[in-house]
Amino acid sequence: MIHDFGIVWSERSLLLSGLGNTTILSILSAVAALLLGFMLTPALMSKQAWLSWIVRGFVDGMRCVPFLLFAYIVYYGLPSLGLRLDNWTSGLLALTIYNAAYMAEILRGAWASQPREPIEAGVAFGFSNLSLFRRIVLPPLLLAAGPVIGNQIIQIVKDSAFLTIIALPELTHAAASIQSRHYVPFAAFITAVFLYWGLCLVIEAGVTTIDRLAAARR
Amino acid sequence: MRDVTKVLDVVGISKHFGDLEVLRDISFQVQKGETVCVLGPSGSGKSTLLRCINWLERPDAGQIYLSGQEIGVTAGGVVMGDRELSHIRTHIGMVFQHFALWPHLTVLQNLMEAPIQVQKRPKAEVREEALALLAKVGLSDKRDVFPAKLSGGQKQRVGIARALAMKPDLLLFDEPTSALDPELVGEVLVVMRELAREGMTMVIVTHEMGFAREAATRVLFLDHGRVVETGSPEQFFSRPETDRARQFIQRYANDAANGRR
Repeated sequence: MIHDFGIVWSERSLLLSGLGNTTILSILSAVAALLLGFMLTPALMSKQAWLSWIVRGFVDGMRCVPFLLFAYIVYYGLPSLGLRLDNWTSGLLALTIYNAAYMAEILRGAWASQPREPIEAGVAFGFSNLSLFRRIVLPPLLLAAGPVIGNQIIQIVKDSAFLTIIALPELTHAAASIQSRHYVPFAAFITAVFLYWGLCLVIEAGVTTIDRLAAARR
Repeated sequence: MRDVTKVLDVVGISKHFGDLEVLRDISFQVQKGETVCVLGPSGSGKSTLLRCINWLERPDAGQIYLSGQEIGVTAGGVVMGDRELSHIRTHIGMVFQHFALWPHLTVLQNLMEAPIQVQKRPKAEVREEALALLAKVGLSDKRDVFPAKLSGGQKQRVGIARALAMKPDLLLFDEPTSALDPELVGEVLVVMRELAREGMTMVIVTHEMGFAREAATRVLFLDHGRVVETGSPEQFFSRPETDRARQFIQRYANDAANGRR
């Protein structure tokens, strides 16, 4: 058994590059999903019925599709519609769009629970548009939604493992290659599990910080 | 050119919410240094009137002038864009019933936020003035505390200091003591009395009859969206001209006698 872990150690550069790719995938799609979520949230809350219906349909739809299936559709399904994307683009796109639906719903919930008066005070004190959003609306929103957003980012990290099926060289893919090359499944996969865990601990630390900031202001 | 000693000139303001007529053809003026108390029963349109002054609510008809400049409509007669409206609003301070402090900022940051971000004044100067204002409302020791940790009375004093930090030409108060426990009302009224004495120009929607009687230079009595009576507090409280006003004053006198406000 120790020997098996020795073999995994000898392949550490492959694992680390997998970890690096998983990290990059997660960060890029988390940021993109959050930004997209911010754009979808006002539409979700729009008084224009047709607009909120369309976005609501997208959000509910995404939340009912298994991510694996969605990744299949983007990578293998879209080419039949004439849209052929490489595995990195497909993977990022799938992760981003899928999680944007969750982010939009998270932000909508946090937005709806914010008191109206401080924002109105912002307007009365001469803030408008972007400065109102950036200085007055956004900070309490992020403090309120931070922990749930953190959970969703952990979900993104875990969902990214599915992208091994489109041959994206992320962490699960690296562990699978090591096990198939050397027949050390337990050592290879358990090492990957611990690396995922480490990644999540970093995110948890971020969430704890936001939580502490929010608690001081409650 | 309009008379600029008139800080506020409200001309024929009307406002509907759906079928409900909230304000009907309201006109009044506020001279520099005046403390005008707007009184009236609940639902008489007092808060809506206040919110129309800085266009938080857009009036359906009428004009509002701040030191001679029309609010909400440009010289060309077009409705103002957000930028112009925001600029005018920086000249009007507002104090809210539920304080409306910004929860993510400390007390001191609440005071400094708009002067720095909106008025673009130098940070060091703003900070110095903000500290002086906190001393004035008796909250110097709370400067690094977040609003959630304050009592209602302390929150409202911060609310007043935050409005003063903008150096406004006019200060609007929307029922500033209505959300407070009775024993905390006094500390807020002390600050407001002080401002009245210093000659701050103020329009105050309130249910504090004692305060109106002693601190107001003029009283505006609203009922069903109309100005029913206006005059000095002495005249309004001692010799009201209308039955509506008499009933209103009588009810408050009874409430006070029964230990309610």
